[in-house]
Amino acid sequence: MTSTTEGRVYNVGGQDWDEVIAAADDLRDEGSDERLIVNMGPQHPSTHGVLRLVLTLDGETVTEIRPVIGYLHTGIEKNMEFRTWTQGVTFCTRMDYLSPLFNETAYCLAVEKLLGITDQVPVRASVLRVLMMELNRISSHLMAVGTFGMELGATTVFLYGLREREKVLDLFELISGLRMNHAYIRPGGVAQDLPPGAIEKLRDFLAIMPGQLDELRKLLDVNPIYLRRTRDVAYLDLAGCMSLGITGPILRSAGLPWDLRKSQPYCGYETYDFDICTQDGADVYARYLVRMDEIDQSLRIIEQCTDRLAAKRPVHDPVMIGNAKIGWPAQLAVGPDGMGNSADHIAHIMSQSMEALIHHFKLVTEGFRVPAGQVYASVESPRGELGCHAVSDGGTRPHRVHFRDPSFTNLQSVSAMCEGGLVADVIAAVASIDPVMGGVDR
Amino acid sequence: MTQPPNPGSASSDEQEEDAGAQAGEERLSEPVVRTGMFGTHTTGDTSGYGGLMVRQQPLPSSARPYGSYFDEVADALGSALEASGLNFGTAVERVVVANGELTLHVRRDYLVEVCRRLRDDPHLAFQLCLGVGGVHYPKFAGSELHAVYHLLSITHNRRLRLEVSAPDADPHIPSVTAVYPTCDWHERETWDFFGIIFDGHPALTRIEMPDDWKGHPQRKDYPLGGIPVEYRGATVPPPDERRSYE
Repeated sequence: MTSTTEGRVYNVGGQDWDEVIAAADDLRDEGSDERLIVNMGPQHPSTHGVLRLVLTLDGETVTEIRPVIGYLHTGIEKNMEFRTWTQGVTFCTRMDYLSPLFNETAYCLAVEKLLGITDQVPVRASVLRVLMMELNRISSHLMAVGTFGMELGATTVFLYGLREREKVLDLFELISGLRMNHAYIRPGGVAQDLPPGAIEKLRDFLAIMPGQLDELRKLLDVNPIYLRRTRDVAYLDLAGCMSLGITGPILRSAGLPWDLRKSQPYCGYETYDFDICTQDGADVYARYLVRMDEIDQSLRIIEQCTDRLAAKRPVHDPVMIGNAKIGWPAQLAVGPDGMGNSADHIAHIMSQSMEALIHHFKLVTEGFRVPAGQVYASVESPRGELGCHAVSDGGTRPHRVHFRDPSFTNLQSVSAMCEGGLVADVIAAVASIDPVMGGVDR
Repeated sequence: MTQPPNPGSASSDEQEEDAGAQAGEERLSEPVVRTGMFGTHTTGDTSGYGGLMVRQQPLPSSARPYGSYFDEVADALGSALEASGLNFGTAVERVVVANGELTLHVRRDYLVEVCRRLRDDPHLAFQLCLGVGGVHYPKFAGSELHAVYHLLSITHNRRLRLEVSAPDADPHIPSVTAVYPTCDWHERETWDFFGIIFDGHPALTRIEMPDDWKGHPQRKDYPLGGIPVEYRGATVPPPDERRSYE
């Protein structure tokens, strides 16, 4: 115990909680109105990342909770102003590291809108985007449910969640070459087409997943311990969601069927069959159910994507826009030194077409110019509305890119959810918000 | 020298030296017409395109009809503002329709009232605010700092952008947290990154940068890198000074 100007400070290092309890008891006996302030995080296994929560406690009741963020701020938006429009993808994919493909899509949709080429993006590229996003939604929700279980003490759930997530990451690795931070979706299309054998792998995945999800649900859906930790905990109703700007599974758990994939479709979502999953519990359990149901819906969409990708292809079916001044080379192949431009493409630019060489050189060194103006494009990420506000001054680099990250906004609601509740419920509340600090801090 | 010194020649030598020094000084007093032997000291542009000058575009402003649902929104906002004794033209200085999006440039004094009407009027019903982002335009004299608000109406499935500007010398914009509580953290972030002071915000403190940070990093006059790091006196060099192999 040390005394400071702000009061007595106890450093709890393990096995010494009794000392704090005794001090709190003394204070109560003295009739003092001093409160216990507990600093939770930023390095705490249950804060879901480098999040710091300053809790003011009255016994076990939380009277005030102040989230402190910024520990993962890396200046991604600033850095993007110093790179070309295409290179920006490599930065923004790292923001919300559990849903990289959504970051990329939101950014690329904004760039395409500024360029006025939204309609020219090839159909196959859009199908691939949808496929990758829905796979990503599954991996993100599995991580959310898994860590949620771990934070409440159910490590089996965590292991099951990560085991299934691994299957998605294997697919990512097969299709994009990377398990995270893919930079797969680029302005004008995607980086490359499906590799051979991907359709079969997708079919295997679709066949095995429903059973695996059932296994996960059996652990949690009617588990009495889980129900008592999650039912009526961290309640946030529709009015609260609206005023705090909450979107995504939290909003749908409050009963509002709001999903940008349905209400303001992009990437051709209007052509897929799927349902919006809602619950009316507005509590932690309802958010869990929404996420699990959304995984099922994502599997439905992936099945439709796989069918479209497996269908007989027309002769000309590119995955990158035809405009040579915008479309990056998307004919990649694995060579002796790793992934790179295919031999055909190299032969084309080096010995067949002077214009192709010029375009390649200009695109890679200078980048393309984007007409001056500003746009806002948004996608439904696993955590809610992910928006990208892009401003161009007519140059080859963004003047400003701002991301409206759903984690950042949703995390504001932690005070509304937790104040007046128990300390133990703070863990459940934060886990049910599912904030990813990389997206919060950017 | 074997020749004996001539007493008279000393003075003529001096005279010659004087003449030489004088000529040198005269030469040095002439203006410089060229320096160095090689290289270019101009832009090096031999094409002539280097002389191309592009003037700044006038600020975009759209005239009616705006198309899509934009006219309806503008009309509804106009009549809602009239109910509170305001004129649409007074509150909104410019309307811009571009890329299929509607932007209302709102004068900062009327921002809160406009937001309240946008949220509460049933014909507008912009319930959801998607936060505030800043943009720094150093070239727009008198309105360098912009705050951009994205609104969403779930009732009508419509989007709207509000843009408010403030000069660098007086970076004040009223806070909309009373209307849209979600803007709490967004306004803190915009203050942190751009130095826009949101008057009326309950606790306008830094949110992403450390509390004692100097400067506002997203402004255009703030460098990328080159900032001393709070770790054992380390410094990250600016990008143009990195990877020097000399």
